[in-house]
Amino acid sequence: MEILKTYKIYIGGAFPRTESGRYYPIVDASGSTIANVCLSSRKDVRNAVVAARKVFGGWSEKTAFNRGQILYRMAEMLEGRKLQFLEELTKQGSSKEAAALEVQESIDCLVYYAGWADKFQQIASSVNPVSSSHFNFSALEPMGVIGIVAAQETSLIGLVKFIAPAICGGNTAVVAASEAFPLCAVTFAEVVHSSDVPGGVVNILTGKVSELAPAMAAHMDVNALVTESLGELDKPLALACVDNLKRNLAYQHAVPQGLQYITALQEVKTTWHPIEQIGGASSSY
Amino acid sequence: MAKKNTANSQTEWDYAASPESTSHIRLEKKYQLFINNEWVEPSSKKYFPTINPATEDVLAEIAWATDADVDKAVKAARKAYTEVWSKMSGAERGKYIYRIARMMQERAREFAVIESLDSGKPIRESRDVDVPLACNHFFYYAGWADKLEYAMPHKKPEALGVAGQIIPWNFPLLMAAWKIAPALAAGNTVVLKPAETTSLTALKLAEIIKDSGLPPGVVNIVTGYGDTGAAIVNHPDVDKIAFTGSTNVGKIIQRAVAGTHKKTTLELGGKSANIIFDDAPIDQAVEGIINGIFFNQGHVCCAGSRLFVQENVADLVIKKLKARMESLYVGDPLDKNTDIGAINSKEQLDTINKYIKIGKAEGAEIYQSDCSIPSKGFFCKPTLFTGVSQSHVITQEEIFGPVLTIQTFRTIDEVIQKANNTPYGLAAGVWTDKGSRIFNLTTKLRAGVIWANTYNKFDPVSPFGGYKESGFGREGGVHGLSAYLK
Amino acid sequence: MKKTYNPSLMLSNTRIDKVGVEERVARFQTRSIKNESKKQGLHMVLNMIDLTTLEGKDTPGKVQQMCYKAQHLHDVHPGLPTVAAVCVYPSMVSIARKALGNSSVKIASVSTAFPSGQSTREIKLADTKFAVEQGADEIDMVISRGKFLAGEYSFVFDEIAAIKEACGKARLKVILETGELCTLDHVRMASDIAIHAGADFIKTSTGKIQPAATMQVTYTMLMAIKDYYDQTGIMIGMKPAGGISTAKLALHNLVMVKEILGNPWLSNEWFRFGASSLANDVLMQLMKSESGLYQSPDYFSID
Repeated sequence: MEILKTYKIYIGGAFPRTESGRYYPIVDASGSTIANVCLSSRKDVRNAVVAARKVFGGWSEKTAFNRGQILYRMAEMLEGRKLQFLEELTKQGSSKEAAALEVQESIDCLVYYAGWADKFQQIASSVNPVSSSHFNFSALEPMGVIGIVAAQETSLIGLVKFIAPAICGGNTAVVAASEAFPLCAVTFAEVVHSSDVPGGVVNILTGKVSELAPAMAAHMDVNALVTESLGELDKPLALACVDNLKRNLAYQHAVPQGLQYITALQEVKTTWHPIEQIGGASSSY
Repeated sequence: MAKKNTANSQTEWDYAASPESTSHIRLEKKYQLFINNEWVEPSSKKYFPTINPATEDVLAEIAWATDADVDKAVKAARKAYTEVWSKMSGAERGKYIYRIARMMQERAREFAVIESLDSGKPIRESRDVDVPLACNHFFYYAGWADKLEYAMPHKKPEALGVAGQIIPWNFPLLMAAWKIAPALAAGNTVVLKPAETTSLTALKLAEIIKDSGLPPGVVNIVTGYGDTGAAIVNHPDVDKIAFTGSTNVGKIIQRAVAGTHKKTTLELGGKSANIIFDDAPIDQAVEGIINGIFFNQGHVCCAGSRLFVQENVADLVIKKLKARMESLYVGDPLDKNTDIGAINSKEQLDTINKYIKIGKAEGAEIYQSDCSIPSKGFFCKPTLFTGVSQSHVITQEEIFGPVLTIQTFRTIDEVIQKANNTPYGLAAGVWTDKGSRIFNLTTKLRAGVIWANTYNKFDPVSPFGGYKESGFGREGGVHGLSAYLK
Repeated sequence: MKKTYNPSLMLSNTRIDKVGVEERVARFQTRSIKNESKKQGLHMVLNMIDLTTLEGKDTPGKVQQMCYKAQHLHDVHPGLPTVAAVCVYPSMVSIARKALGNSSVKIASVSTAFPSGQSTREIKLADTKFAVEQGADEIDMVISRGKFLAGEYSFVFDEIAAIKEACGKARLKVILETGELCTLDHVRMASDIAIHAGADFIKTSTGKIQPAATMQVTYTMLMAIKDYYDQTGIMIGMKPAGGISTAKLALHNLVMVKEILGNPWLSNEWFRFGASSLANDVLMQLMKSESGLYQSPDYFSID
């Protein structure tokens, strides 16, 4: 007899069940149940945000090199569990070819952002030649806690393509998995967990998008919301974001790789400091 | 005959009145809307007065634009965008912007005087800060017009279309420049609404725009109250809303555009921390505190309105601060020696006084400098509150006036926590002689602009904008371009 | 009780940010001094001048002519004050004393191996005593910049204290020679040492080294005076010297004094300008504001 996997959620580096005690079934193409997954609640979102906020300082202050190493480690771990992902994808209705492509894309995506971790700052920051005796520079800083609603039509890449650029830039994330295809999300949480990613940096919930996304959008301690075309939900989410002027990144379609996905989750900070002109007389170096 | 060698024991020496001349400025009695490079009557035929807040005299009548007028302006902007501006080369666009900058420089004195008359800010600031910075902003962005592909190397930059821009009354001309210059450089056309109390310099700028030969419809200026602004925000053919003003209005705008294609940048309120460590250059820090809170009567979104002083130097700093406040001249904005001019409006003065009253009621200790203020017009003495905490309303809410709250702190961690303990995140100041501490602080403060050992410095090349509820998007510098590009 | 160098009494750990000082100074320079306040200010400036000749080629004739000018700035115009003092080498003090007669114009004499100060304590003391005996009302000493830069602050302090004692009734101005101290932090520290060691006045420069009395330096010294006054209630005088040759610059200096120290310092008891050509520019400005006509140097005597 096959032992079925229990699909839990991932909050603060632990794998709890939803506090609500609710579940929903995932069915395969033939209509038979392949798993029960957590139907997470607003309170799970709240707990995840608390966990993500708690580690934001530590994660954002890690060296860029270190964050790159950890993202690369995630790619390695994903590669190592390729078969499991392929199986889950096909179980959820993907063809073998599509599943293989999606896993490969996800690995490539992690490697891609691993490389960006210590480079995007150099591309996007500036030294600004002001007309006064000051040194002035603008550098990027992570926004903070990012609410992410995974792209809904895929199980794995739709999740990875938003998580990777967010944490690459030093943010922490609270993620709602694909509602219909959540299996890979939980397995991906295990990849995250085993990849030196500190607990709380990535938090993954399964459940109804219509329940989780509004909870993230309205949460006053979430700094940005990332979504991909959720249809009728887009406008209410945009409205809910206004209360704390949450940055609302509602992509029509996001591709798995691009610098703009990192920079969109960064604030530009400009710093001024006086430059002393030595001596009173003219200086010729 | 031996003459006397004494200082004629006359040691009371004060500055005689030194008013800037107003003889060279030209003001119309009545200003129309500027649409399609023409001055047009508002469809309502309604006008409202703009007054000099220092005297309460009416300076001119300003047209009040309705939805229909805004529609006309947006149509003009759209037509100019599709038929002319989007087809023009960047280099040609740049030349127009350069020309505007040059013409503004030529009329700098006139702009400064009108700005002080209409807004109440001291001529020293409008002459030395607002107007030159506004000109330089046009110069800076003019040069970007043909270099946009270098600004966003990972994309092919494209203009957004028609930009609706709504600006505040605290830096009327400068904010117009901050909005118009990057929009034009990036290839957009513009419908701009100045604040109702300070329309004049934007309308003078319209004169220059007309004289510069900028194609009709590229810049349209519609004057009016909040309903005019709302008409811009709600117009379906506007692609971009850029707003500077209060966080409340910013949220109203953000709700209005939810679910539409409109992009927004919001530059909103603040309650910025200015932090003085015991090893700071104290006298320069005191000067920084003064500039931080009393510049432009404190009508500055990034004003250093929450002062944190390390407890072991607090007495010294406060003593020096009070002494320095006594040498500030409050009065006629047109007098070249005035440091603090008039509060922009009766309404704003009432708001400030309301907060002063709240501060007193909360038990904070008030100190106001011993200066005299004119009996007519809207004026407020420079004001300090000591004995306050983060829990006082006056340290939490933006007052937008010359009112400073002072808290003491003991440790670095404590001050970082308290400085970040606000929904705002526009700016912060740090004063210490230790480089490593500066970078520790500047990294941890959640704000878009950090001034280390200086405060309230602005430059066209320097990106400006906030974290959290202080808004999003940046203005100035290369980062300011992306707000107007796809 | 003998005074000793005690840094803990001083605010000389005060850090100074030069860019901030420049901004502050620029702000003083935007003050607009017009009409009556300009006239009053210019009169004050004249009356604060230490008319100076400090040259190897100084002769009795030169000093006598300057002393006459000191008392008769522009006699065609009634109501003008005299300058505060003449400033000469010790060897010229007796000549000046005779030339000034019973005038209230004071005599300041440089001493302590001016301008370099590179001599022994004994010679400096003798130099000072000689000038006082010859009739100097005020002594302008120089500090040992070499010792200061070598970190021998006690030496500098003790030397000033010793010269102060040698001055007797004469008031002591201590020249920091700020152009050789290089940083404003050093200027501040030297100011504090001088003040605590007994200076009645602190003075920027000998006039032999550039830069001399920049407004940044004067600002820094005025702040030291202000802090000392706030601590002790004791007033110290200030003398910028060297480089102030225009009425406008002098007025900006007065603006600084007024806004930092207040009106009590606005007399020649507490503020002086060390200058030689300043007086005529001030006179020309005064006559211009009287007559409305721009003036020519040909109408103003040069002694």
